[in-house]
Amino acid sequence: MSEQVSIQARPAGFFRDLTTVAGRALRAIPREPESIIPALIIPLFFFAVNTGSLSKVSSFTGITDYKAFQIPVAIVFAVTGISRASALVTDIKSGYFDRLLMTPISRVALLLGLMIADFALVIALSIPVLILGLIVGVDFATGFVGMLAFLLMSGLWGLAFTGFPYAIALKTGNPAAVNSSFLLFFPFSFLTTSFLPKEALSGWLATAAKYNPVTYLLDGLRAIITTGWEWSSITKALMAIVIIMSISFTLAFVALKGRVRRK
Amino acid sequence: MSLNSSETLAIKSVNLTKIYGGKKAVNGVSLSIKKGEIYGFLGPNGAGKSTIIRMLVTLSEPSSGDAWILGSSVTKQEGDVRLKIGVALQDAALDESQKGIELLRLQANLYGLRGKDVTQRLEDLTKLVDIGDAINKPIKTYSGGMKRRLDLAAALVHNPKVLFLDEPTTGLDPVSRSRVWDEIRRLNKDLGMTIFLTTQYLEEADQLCDRVGIIAGGLLKAEGTPKELKALVGNDIVTVSVSSLKESINARLKAMKSVKKVEQEKSTLKVYMKEASKNIGELVEAITSDGSTILELSIRIPSLDDVFLQVTGLRLKGDE
Repeated sequence: MSEQVSIQARPAGFFRDLTTVAGRALRAIPREPESIIPALIIPLFFFAVNTGSLSKVSSFTGITDYKAFQIPVAIVFAVTGISRASALVTDIKSGYFDRLLMTPISRVALLLGLMIADFALVIALSIPVLILGLIVGVDFATGFVGMLAFLLMSGLWGLAFTGFPYAIALKTGNPAAVNSSFLLFFPFSFLTTSFLPKEALSGWLATAAKYNPVTYLLDGLRAIITTGWEWSSITKALMAIVIIMSISFTLAFVALKGRVRRK
Repeated sequence: MSLNSSETLAIKSVNLTKIYGGKKAVNGVSLSIKKGEIYGFLGPNGAGKSTIIRMLVTLSEPSSGDAWILGSSVTKQEGDVRLKIGVALQDAALDESQKGIELLRLQANLYGLRGKDVTQRLEDLTKLVDIGDAINKPIKTYSGGMKRRLDLAAALVHNPKVLFLDEPTTGLDPVSRSRVWDEIRRLNKDLGMTIFLTTQYLEEADQLCDRVGIIAGGLLKAEGTPKELKALVGNDIVTVSVSSLKESINARLKAMKSVKKVEQEKSTLKVYMKEASKNIGELVEAITSDGSTILELSIRIPSLDDVFLQVTGLRLKGDE
């Protein structure tokens, strides 16, 4: 071990910290298939059930292609709530998070690196749903570029949502609390135009849908498939993503600050 | 910290204090540990050992006081401190889903090692942890001893100047414990690494440490080389089992100049005396002069256990 003397520790730099954390998170994903299998099965299940049971009914609301209407819903189901927050809690519990804190790593990279891995994962999870859509005959009015835009928007939505479970993980360090963050998925995903368009909703559900950012996200995604580059809908979808991202990231980074503060 | 002390001291603390919920977990601990020393903190669970380590390794902010690692303040220059230290905390802090080699590589990346340095360092550390092909297997398949050795390797990846080990052998079997001791000695001897360790094992402190600090209730009660600490007790201890223990024996023993204290339990006497090897004849005479027979006799020099008892009033239960 005489060569050790030449080794000189130094801060690796923000970008390297980021890629190191993200790389570790991405390596872990195939080793824990149980964490992503539900995200593959649930959207396919709902797509099959919804299109099977509601296709004919939907025609009364003016929808001509219910499969195209449902593909964005399947995507939202696939990517919403996917994160490495449970793994982060495991790190906190095992003391590995402390080990990382004792290195010169950028504290922001500890969280942002995980989010980058999540972004890559949700894009990957969106691809099978997209392929399913193409197999069942869904046609993209915006073509191949539209498909890429569709994947990107889905990924950004998934990324925006990751802040919530991370905030809970960092604040509580409690795996049960992180699992309960899945409850957020339900109001976002169901109190919206998941099954029928806005015009067909009434009463409290119409009001809830009006204030639910997922409504605008679905509008934007549906526009890319069926209408074309309808910028008003796409812009509103992007704004919905930005609003949720601002809220969830603020919560997550405030929680990170509290977690890494030396108590 | 003065220039002179930063040149010679690896670790210095002044009135280091930590208060949790109004209670002082660490109470004004001041330390001066020279470069190249193996310093051991000896104390029972809850004595404040881990709290001090957490402050020294920048995981916890002192409530008052400060400490310096090779001249860098743990309160004001924590970034510098992190580059100088390697740490293995009480429970091996490993991501068990990673392979051993991945964990070491990740550590190397975070300390800014690149290219050949990483390759060379991983080769060195793989030899060091000596876990063969298992280095390429998930850590969850490792035994407790292998995890500890990997944890140690991860702490050494950036060739730190000061190594902190929080109870490095707790829970290990005697063979694994001995291997960790050998490695600690080697790191200290070959690389001149300063090593600060906490332990609740008396033997570990005695065998391994150049100097030992005894801590109880958050206070540093005594400090010195194991020899100096044993000298605090001052007396050798002679344990004698006698066939028939009479009052007169006690009186004759207490009359001896070399005897400082006599404790009696049933038919066994514990005699604390100066230079037992020289004065043992006089002691035997005092016991047997009225016809009593000695069934068993042993002489031992004071242990750190005796020191611990003397300075804290407590006995350590750590040794098995």
